[in-house]
Amino acid sequence: MDIDLITNILYAMVRTGTPLLIVALGELICEKSGVLNLGQEGMMLMGAVVGFIVTLSTGSLTLGFLAAILAGILMSLIFGVITMELSANQVATGLALTIFGTGLSAFIGTNYVGKPITGLEPIDIPVLTDLPIIGRMLFGQDLLVYLSLALFGGVYWFINHSRPGLILKAVGENPHSANAIGLPVFKVRYLAILFGGAMAGLAGSYLSLAYTPLWMENMSAGRGWIALALVVFASWKAERVLLGAWLFGLASILHLVFQGMGFSVSPNLLATLPYLATIAVLVILSSNQNSRLVAPISLGKPFYAKT
Amino acid sequence: MKRRQFHKLLAGVVAGAMLGLSVPAVHAEEPLKVGFVYVGPIGDHGWSYQHDQGRLSAEAHFGDKIKTTYVENVAEGADAERVIRNLAKAGNDIIFTTSFGFMNPTVKVAKQFPNVKFEHATGYKLSDNLGTYVSKTYEGRYVAGYVASQMTKTNKIGYIASFPIPEVIRDINTVQLALAKYNPNAELKIVWVNTWFDPGKEADAANAMMDQGVDVILQHTDSPAAMQAAERRGAFAVGQASDMTHFGPKAHLLSVVDEWGPHYINRIQAVMDGSWKSSAMVEGMKEGAIVIPGFNESIPADVTAKAKELIAGIKDGSVYPFTGPLKDNKGEMKVPEGTKLTFADLEKMDWYVEGIKAEIPK
Repeated sequence: MDIDLITNILYAMVRTGTPLLIVALGELICEKSGVLNLGQEGMMLMGAVVGFIVTLSTGSLTLGFLAAILAGILMSLIFGVITMELSANQVATGLALTIFGTGLSAFIGTNYVGKPITGLEPIDIPVLTDLPIIGRMLFGQDLLVYLSLALFGGVYWFINHSRPGLILKAVGENPHSANAIGLPVFKVRYLAILFGGAMAGLAGSYLSLAYTPLWMENMSAGRGWIALALVVFASWKAERVLLGAWLFGLASILHLVFQGMGFSVSPNLLATLPYLATIAVLVILSSNQNSRLVAPISLGKPFYAKT
Repeated sequence: MKRRQFHKLLAGVVAGAMLGLSVPAVHAEEPLKVGFVYVGPIGDHGWSYQHDQGRLSAEAHFGDKIKTTYVENVAEGADAERVIRNLAKAGNDIIFTTSFGFMNPTVKVAKQFPNVKFEHATGYKLSDNLGTYVSKTYEGRYVAGYVASQMTKTNKIGYIASFPIPEVIRDINTVQLALAKYNPNAELKIVWVNTWFDPGKEADAANAMMDQGVDVILQHTDSPAAMQAAERRGAFAVGQASDMTHFGPKAHLLSVVDEWGPHYINRIQAVMDGSWKSSAMVEGMKEGAIVIPGFNESIPADVTAKAKELIAGIKDGSVYPFTGPLKDNKGEMKVPEGTKLTFADLEKMDWYVEGIKAEIPK
């Protein structure tokens, strides 16, 4: 394996991990507030199709990304109203949201299948891009990859070092106590849900505007579900979400590179590698913790304010 | 009260999801009713899309004389049986089921409705009112392999493969046979992605191969993502199932397109005439089932001319890639001099031809 190949593998690793990272960060915040939204896949697809349509008709990638974020927010608002105002089961509502998003995105995207657009191009940061091995990986990416790193930094700081982050966690652990000391449980959960939707929409548009600049039905191909699993295996820690997303990206790429190099390992086995490796590493990391449950305690339970 | 509101909302949500699956209807007097069952969305721009194009061209051909109904996104398995039975109950005179996994459900329903005609694509089970049809995609791939052998500068050709089933292995072999004949220095790299459709993964596979020096990419998966990736990096690619020119105007060498229209028109006509008989139909370039709509202008004229010659040869039978002597990639003689593999042999193919430096995944 020469240095160029390693450079390229690391570059592709980050690109492949980026959509997972963005969705998973959104879901992480959402779950920290005690809300489990299984609608990631549907919200991603809506973000992908809306972002694509807006970019195609306006010619502006920026507007496309913004519209995708808005689409994700609207989708998550549906989820929020149903689970918060009507206290519906979060799992069932989330699944319905995925089915709804998959169908609706296919419906409004019918006339846009196969239309060409110019996707988001990578921006090389001068000098730094030429660093050996990690240069292209960290400094030769497109804007959204840089944004995903900033988002990671923001989420990490927010959860671990900020007062609003503490409130978020309090609401997720015990909404009744939080309510009793006067914290706005509903507002916090709503904001967390909407943030999750915005991230899913953005990740969807990363697929349709940067990763593979085209719209195809069901093009997220299960990435929303992988991101959901990532959050669990990362035991709700932002830094492990990043690690997991990139690890998954790395294993997905290696599986393809090894085949091209003629390794006689079964591709079926290699195909399971991303899942196995990611789970193994994150499980080993989590096993060192004290026996306290790592999941937000009220995850998935509806909250009734006045009982 | 709250719960009821929720149910209403949920019903709205589900109804919204169903919008994407609506069934079109064409009104006419006493038309022949024709049903289609697709495994994917008609917007996949690949397999199901091409079958639907076939349906549309039958509609255009017969006008008011037929009424077509299709159901898309039908999962292979128990649900397929229900869908097929519903189409039969609804009075369709002939029903086309267009994916391998619909075989057993189609057989079952065909038994229950002896007066309805059934045709199952890519299967092998027949009965009095059930026929099969399949197209010889390898004919197009042979031409693609020839063009690739002439266009590569690095002598590395990439092949994105889906699942190790005979159809895919056969087509990989066809490409290798074309390479061996027209450019023995060219090496075929095969990457299995274990999916028919995942744009992200297909693009990753294309990029991973280009990182390793591949400059022409062929694919046996359904999305145009590899074509796009090739366009971005100045490589060449061959389109699959439908014409993929507009995904990579510079990269696109040619597309091997399944054209189902002629088959559907023929068979519907046969039902109208009362001449329909169950049979296992295998159709290729000669019957117009496999077409190559155009060649990129960047291909040198002599290469295009030779490719057209090959197409003509395939049509008249003088060019047939699976003609002995053929060895497998371990050196064992598989097809002795003077014999040819039959289509039945090809449908069971589980070995790589000489020159492929890889093993078939088990």
